[in-house]
Amino acid sequence: MTTTDAPPAPPRPRRRPGDRIFAGSATGAGILILVVLAGVAAFLVSEAWPAVVAPAEDIPGGDGLTAYIAPLVFGTLLAAVIALLVATPLAVAIALYITYYAPPRLATLMGYVMDLLAAIPSIVYGFWGIAALAPALVPFYGWAEEHLGFLPFFAGPASVTGRTMLTAGLVLAIMILPIISAISREVFGQAPALHREAALALGATRWEMIRMAVLPYGRSGVIGGAMLGLGRALGETLAVALVLSGSGGITVNLIGQSNPSTIAANVALKFPESTGIEVNALIASGLALFVITFAVNMFARWIVNRRADFSGAN
Amino acid sequence: MSTDLRPDAVAATPARNPALRSRRQLPRFAPTGLFGLGVLLGAGLSAATGFSLTLTVVYGVVLGTLVLYVVARRVEGGRKAFDRLVTCLVTCAFGIAMVPLVSLVWTVLENGVRRLDGEFFNSSMLGIVGEGGGAYHAIAGTLIITLLTALISVPIGLLAAIYLVEYGTGRLKRAITFLVDVMTGIPSIVAGLFAFALFALFSGPSIRLGIMGAVALSVLMIPVVVRSSEEVLKLVPNELREASYALGVPKWRTILRVVLPTSIAGLGTAVTLAIARVVGETAPLLVTVGLVNGTNLDPFDGRMSTLPVFAFYQLTQPGVPPEPAIDRAWTAALLLIILVMALNVVARLISRFFAPKTGR
Repeated sequence: MTTTDAPPAPPRPRRRPGDRIFAGSATGAGILILVVLAGVAAFLVSEAWPAVVAPAEDIPGGDGLTAYIAPLVFGTLLAAVIALLVATPLAVAIALYITYYAPPRLATLMGYVMDLLAAIPSIVYGFWGIAALAPALVPFYGWAEEHLGFLPFFAGPASVTGRTMLTAGLVLAIMILPIISAISREVFGQAPALHREAALALGATRWEMIRMAVLPYGRSGVIGGAMLGLGRALGETLAVALVLSGSGGITVNLIGQSNPSTIAANVALKFPESTGIEVNALIASGLALFVITFAVNMFARWIVNRRADFSGAN
Repeated sequence: MSTDLRPDAVAATPARNPALRSRRQLPRFAPTGLFGLGVLLGAGLSAATGFSLTLTVVYGVVLGTLVLYVVARRVEGGRKAFDRLVTCLVTCAFGIAMVPLVSLVWTVLENGVRRLDGEFFNSSMLGIVGEGGGAYHAIAGTLIITLLTALISVPIGLLAAIYLVEYGTGRLKRAITFLVDVMTGIPSIVAGLFAFALFALFSGPSIRLGIMGAVALSVLMIPVVVRSSEEVLKLVPNELREASYALGVPKWRTILRVVLPTSIAGLGTAVTLAIARVVGETAPLLVTVGLVNGTNLDPFDGRMSTLPVFAFYQLTQPGVPPEPAIDRAWTAALLLIILVMALNVVARLISRFFAPKTGR
């Protein structure tokens, strides 16, 4: 009289074929991701290898691979550091404004707007940088050369097009602003309400409350966010390729006419016309970029994850 | 000590005790008013040295902040004044950050609407010199490659997220979680070079295919899908799973019939946002797909056009005369923004309308 689909003993879920297939494919997808990541490294190495072993005079520039990549690495780091220095304080201020200063309804709206801005394609930032920002900065560069010329950063002669390292750094700063502020906003919002209320109840002003209860709590989140922003700025391609007129070697002059290019921009600009060993050299520079960003991102995630225990999901 | 608590002693304290005097507050409208006063001063100063809008704003903000700080310091004391100073600084920083963002949207709109016409959507660049022409081929190419990317990334990403939430344990789970996080930060150009290296190894270095672009974009999209769907799946209450197990439903059916339907809205949002992330990527397509003037709808045969690459080349290699090409480039950029915004809005709508009634 028992129904046929009610087995006498409770089945072990793992032993059904459906379960085995499903668990297998899910695990397989997870492992596939690891394989892809390893594949990225492996294929880059295999295509970069001819440039590594090639004689020095075959590499573009004629001085070997190290001399070819070094200015690019320098340019990449310089642009990213400028971006980070400009964007981090602004992003923290934006995050504080949205979490603790703005009226709640405006804050929600601003959150949406910042998310939208984070999604704008990088090429559009490049278009804007070349059409609006660079011309707008030309008068400032003239002024900086005249009055701040004693600093090596503003040694000049100032670029007349405005397509300088500083412009590229500023465009990158604007691009990573939403990323850093999104992560900062999240950690600031998670600062324990009891700590904040206790500070206020003891008579702290709003700033004192933020300094004592919010900033110490959010510090590692801000650092992690800044590192993620740095990773994005390091790998940013089209915005820099459009804005920066990169030609020169290593220089700290931020407003001059000849600037070091960045790895990503250099690849994007040279790749379509390259053949043979040039392609391998470009891929080798891409490998260098991969290693740099990988290290930065690992460091960033390590910092962010130290705080993960506090998020309390599930 | 007790004598100090007498009413007259307490009443007498404010006059003598400077700490209590700082309880005096500026009226509500005063900060705005004082700041406005400073801005007016700044406008005057900038007018005196030859009027310019930038200088007015710079002087105005600096002076406004100073005036407010000084007055607040005299009336309310140092701590409150510093608080007001920080409020000013934070608000100004927010304002400063908004300027380029508004300028960006405005510039693209202003330059982009010029060629936002029917021809732009209906014709390709085949045989076009100078005026006219459009981006039909590029729009179609972007849609095809994005669709292929989604077809590759969504199943892999979703399954990996399911593994991480439902099955994963121990070291493998930790490794995958960590590496997915790190993979989110792979530069897009490196993904492009990877796809190129992969295909070039088998087919020679001059190969350019639509599917190469899809592979490159998948490398960028998979980690995004995994990360966000993992967050969504974690939100499904454990009670639902346990109730299902208690009824004797096997685990895989529980996932398919209980966990996924509960989180379908969040998953839709996650996938849509991930598509929005990759749809505007230019660099990987530049090195893997290239550009072609005619319409090529077959991703397995030769070069294709995509909207971002089209915009890039129209701007950087406009030809003679340059204006029509530059206009086309801006319109393509505007289309990209519209596409991304639309995807974001769709994502929000999905999460609003398809959210389960019992959730959270």
